[in-house]
Amino acid sequence: MTYLATHAARVGELLGQHVVLVLVSLAIALAIALPLGVAAARSERFGGAILALAGVLYTVPSLALLALLVAVLGLGQPTAVVALVIYAQMILLRGVVAGLRGVDAALVDAARGLGFTARQTLLRVEFPAALPVVLGGVRVATVSLVALATVAAWINAGGLGVLLFEGISTDNPEKIFAGALAAAALAIAADLLLRGAERAVRT
Amino acid sequence: MTSSSSTASADGTGGGARVELRGVSVRYPGGALAAVNGVDLVIEAGEFAVLLGPSGCGKSTLVRTINRLVEPTAGTVLIDGANVRARDPVELRRGIGYVIQAVGLFPHYTVAENVAVVPNLLGWDRARTDARVDDLLKLIRLDPAQYRARKPRQLSGGEAQRVGVARALAAQPRVLLMDEPFAAVDAIVRASLQEEIARVHRELRTTVVFVTHDVDEALRLADRIVVMNAGRVVQTGSPRDVLEHPAGDFVRHLVGVDPETRRLVLERPLVER
Repeated sequence: MTYLATHAARVGELLGQHVVLVLVSLAIALAIALPLGVAAARSERFGGAILALAGVLYTVPSLALLALLVAVLGLGQPTAVVALVIYAQMILLRGVVAGLRGVDAALVDAARGLGFTARQTLLRVEFPAALPVVLGGVRVATVSLVALATVAAWINAGGLGVLLFEGISTDNPEKIFAGALAAAALAIAADLLLRGAERAVRT
Repeated sequence: MTSSSSTASADGTGGGARVELRGVSVRYPGGALAAVNGVDLVIEAGEFAVLLGPSGCGKSTLVRTINRLVEPTAGTVLIDGANVRARDPVELRRGIGYVIQAVGLFPHYTVAENVAVVPNLLGWDRARTDARVDDLLKLIRLDPAQYRARKPRQLSGGEAQRVGVARALAAQPRVLLMDEPFAAVDAIVRASLQEEIARVHRELRTTVVFVTHDVDEALRLADRIVVMNAGRVVQTGSPRDVLEHPAGDFVRHLVGVDPETRRLVLERPLVER
């Protein structure tokens, strides 16, 4: 615990970088997954194809994906964000598609029959009904990104991974422990927060 | 039963509209047989018409052509003489009440918000909508003070379907479509819901097109029964006509081998004929 005590400011700074990395990636990933998920839920064929593609990308090892992306985009945070966005897609898309497909058909029939436009049906009926499942996907994606983002330090993108890689190269277990503890605490905090949100939106 | 300020409808008229189907057919893509096959039918303004037939006979499909949830592959649907095809489907549906078996109350809305759905879509002001919601809850005999803020999951099956009816009636539609609305509740609740809808119809004189496979329900509620089989209308007539002069073996079997018992149903009708 000594490293954590003596270098609290440095750990705090890296934790901040880590949070930003995760939040930016998550926001971009959601902005892609929501419209894509709506289209995938509407069409059996498109849904199958897009989920299969996301599944394949998800199985690529994270270090290999980063290495490939560095070759194209160079070192730094943007490259790390791209990698995290790709990883989050699989989880988020599944959540959006499962959430929307799980909406009671009677709700959609009632909404259309009462005179909701297609857009109103989606925004006022389908999304709210799908929200707990979608948020479940967001929660799993967030926790995964917190873990994956440690690897980003490997390509100079900062974050808590810096402590892990420095600790390994300088044979300093205290440093590794501090980084691991901070990352684990962040993952647990995100999990609890989003579980609370899921409960709140359940009707 | 309601204050005049909150019930003045957009077109200034009360009562029901005349619904006319001319040669309506519906053929689903890939289906070998037409779900609805050349149906001609006139439902008079204010009439309580019941489409009666076994499941798969096309009665639900037929009723859904009236609010364009299903588009006929042939034929026309007219409401008060105007072809529904010429109307924007969304705007058309806001003027037609729609009640389904599964109710479909929006779970994240309160009872009041559910009932206010169509007035809100139509952009009514808050005061008018609030007053209308209270009037409707009273009409279906749910105390507004007690029920307004409840969520659908806090309602019994019968209460949920009453709210479904209130929601459908909110913007004073001149046509009310009801697709097997009471099929999912138990017999006692069903009987009380039947009494309620008969009373509501007597008060409002909205044209009702009601789908059921339940012969007793049809006999109790209908001004006129439209018996359907395999996509076609096989008989149209008053409950007494259908009971006493069934048109062919199909209708005879449908109304049952015990017309005496059925006649008892007719002797205590819910609807004043």
